[in-house]
Parts: sequence; structure tokens; C-alpha cells
Amino acid sequence: MKLPFAWEHLIGVIALLLFCYGQVFGLFMVPPDAHMGDVARILFVHVPSAWNAFFVFTIAFVCALGYLISGRKGFDHALEAALEVGILLTILLLMTGSIFAKPTWDVWWKWEPRLTSSAIMLMTYVGVVVLRSVVQDNERRAVWSSAATILASVTLPLTYFSVQIWRSIHQIQTSPADIDAPLRMAWRINALAVLLLATWFLARRWRIAARRWELGDAPPLPEPLQPEEV
Amino acid sequence: MIAFFQQIFGVALKDLTIEVRAPVRAFSVLFFALVILVMVAFAAGSTTKILQDIAGGTLWIAILLTSTRALDQSLSTEFEDHALEELLLWPVEPAAIFYGKAIANALVLWVVAALLTPLLFVIYDAPLFGSFVELVALIALGCAAIAAPGTLYATLTAQARGGAVLLPLLLFPLVVPALVAAARGTTVVMEGDPMRQAPAWLVVLVLFNLIHWAVAGVLFRYVIEEP
Repeated sequence: MKLPFAWEHLIGVIALLLFCYGQVFGLFMVPPDAHMGDVARILFVHVPSAWNAFFVFTIAFVCALGYLISGRKGFDHALEAALEVGILLTILLLMTGSIFAKPTWDVWWKWEPRLTSSAIMLMTYVGVVVLRSVVQDNERRAVWSSAATILASVTLPLTYFSVQIWRSIHQIQTSPADIDAPLRMAWRINALAVLLLATWFLARRWRIAARRWELGDAPPLPEPLQPEEV
Repeated sequence: MIAFFQQIFGVALKDLTIEVRAPVRAFSVLFFALVILVMVAFAAGSTTKILQDIAGGTLWIAILLTSTRALDQSLSTEFEDHALEELLLWPVEPAAIFYGKAIANALVLWVVAALLTPLLFVIYDAPLFGSFVELVALIALGCAAIAAPGTLYATLTAQARGGAVLLPLLLFPLVVPALVAAARGTTVVMEGDPMRQAPAWLVVLVLFNLIHWAVAGVLFRYVIEEP
């Protein structure tokens, strides 16, 4: 069956609906947190954006590796999409984290391992995107940014495990078993919604990347015809 | 295998010969580092207490900023007149070129650090209550940690438009773990290290070096091959 629109829009609509439901669910249908009260509700966006940021950057790493090994241009399109969506999610992560930090830690920002490593991760990937923007040649851009992405991916495990390596003010990863059932549900709905949103963005961004590659690949314009000398 | 190490040695020797034969390049790098030390002292105010506290961090900021000059020079030479291409046709293994150049860059940074550190004791009045051996190890490992990913990234940026601006943008975030380890380690060694923290920072630097010298060595051949 041929859809009259791109398939990812279906996912996008589902994602938006689910996200709206997740927000309403998290804001109004879940009891406030036993210790932090209503403030904790921001975690229903903070944690899903963190999970998905890590997930999307992992996709970027796999695509970079895939491009260097196989040289298939699809990996490059996916890499471009994953880099930008990952950066978006990381910015959301840092912003919501910062808003959450003010009422709970009484500061907007603290130079502790988790926050610092997340900021480093963001800057590293922004560097790769800037690198992509200055290289004109398609293959070159693909190879270089793949190499830079692989090097940048060293920051991924560092950020993820930073809370366990250096115990500081940021809590370690929470096990679902430690969370009360309705709160866990709000978390899962929002995580799925953000995942679907990210998928929608990835697919859209993929298509733009593919178009750009084709434009870059287009044969050079023919030389203007010289008027015949008579 | 022996040929591989000979090639590494040859490339490193070639790079160092360039530095020795064109002293203007090396001097500009050194002078740049010196200017940073002096400028930070001006900006932070000349209170001895403040200068002593920031001495370790300033040393590493100076080395890091200087590294971008040195790395950019080292790699842009290779792309003038297709020098790198000829080196590859010789034929030299790409990985040998990378390790040779990275070692040469690390050596240049070691020289910079070796000249800056005494100055730190003079103009910043920095103390050294801790172990001198640990200080040397921190500086050696910290410079190596900048040189490996720096050489790879400089290879990219030397070929791109506006590369000199791009290099810090790519390199600085990546080497933050090494910078933190080296700067914190240097500071605690200067202060006498009563809590014995320096060995832990040295371990961080060793791990960082192992990962980046290995990964960058593998990636180098991809970034120099003409697509």
C-alpha cells in the first residue's frame, strides 16, 4: 500500500498524541513525589530525554562505524540525523536538569561529574556538526565526521557511568523497582513518546541529508557556451 | 614490524628536523605560551595567593592553547605541495605517519611544558611541596593526551576551510578529562598532596592516553585517504 505521505508522519502523530497524554498523565494523574512533591514531575521529561539522547548518540556511533567499514551513504544520512537529534535532546536534558537543580540543589548549575561530562558530551558533538558544515565534498564530509564521531563517542560511556565512578550530588541511575507504580507508568509513557518523537525527527532529518547528498553529487554545470566567432 | 617502528621513528625525526631547521616556528609557539602565562597573571590580578592557587591550571591552559598552534603548523606543512601524499607513496604506513607525527607533537609540547614550568615557579611563585617525579609524569602524560587526538583532528582541520578556528572547537571538549586530570594533579602535587590524590589522576591520564592513542591511530588512515 502506498501512503500519500511519508511513513514517519504516522509515527510523528502518534508521538505527539502520546506525548500530550504523557504530559497530562505526569502533571495531573500521578500523585506528587513523596519527598520532592510537585517539583519531581520535571523528571518525567528530564529522564526520558537523557535516555533517548544516549540512545540516539549510540545510533550515531554505530552509523559512523558502519560508514567507515562499508562506505554506504545511508549511514552518513543517519549519522547526520542522529548527531542533530542527539544534540537537541542533550540541550533539553541540560535545560530541564538545570530547572530541576534550582529548587532541589539551590543552584542552576554545579560543576560536578555528571553535569560536567554531559556538557562536554554536548560540546564534543556540536564540534562534529560544525566540522560537517565546513566540508563541501560528500565523501570527505562523511569520512571525517565518522572519524570525529567515533572519537567523540568516548564521552558517551564516560557520561553514562560518571555517576557511578565519581559519587557526587547527582543520583545514580534509578532502578524501576524503586519507583512507585503510577510514577513508573508516567515515566514509561513519556520515554516512549520521546523515543517516537526522536524517530520522527531522525527520519525527517535523514531525508534532508539524502537530498543534500544528491545535490552535492550532482554533475557540475556545463560551461557556458561561447558565442561562435564569425 | 621492525620496519613499522623504523617508519614511526623516521616520521618523528622528520618533523623534529623541520622544527629545528625553522626555529621561527618553534619560537612563535613558545612565545605564544609565554604570553598566555603573563596575560593570565595580569587578568587574575597579581596577588601572590591567587597566582599560586591558579598556577597549575594556568600551566595547562597555556599548554592546551599552544598545542593548537603547534598542531596546526605540524599538519598544514603536510598538505603543502602534497607532502603527505608523497610520504604515503614512499610507501609509509598511514598508522606509522600518525604515530610519528603524534610523538613529534608530544615532544614539542614537552619542550613547551619544560620551559613553562620553571617560569611558573618564578613569576607565579608556585610552590612544589609534592613529588617532582609525579609532576614530570603528569606533564608527560598530559601532553601526550593532547597530542594524540590533536594530531588526528588537526589532520582534518588542516584540510578544511577555516581549519585554525575549527581545531579548538573539536579538540578542547574532547580533552577535558585529560585537562582536568592534569591540572588537578599538577595543583595537588604543587601543594604537597597530603591526601595522595596524584596517583589517581595519573591513572586517569594513562587510561585516556591508552584509549586515544589506540583509537586515533586506527582512524588516521581514513581521514587522509582521498575518497
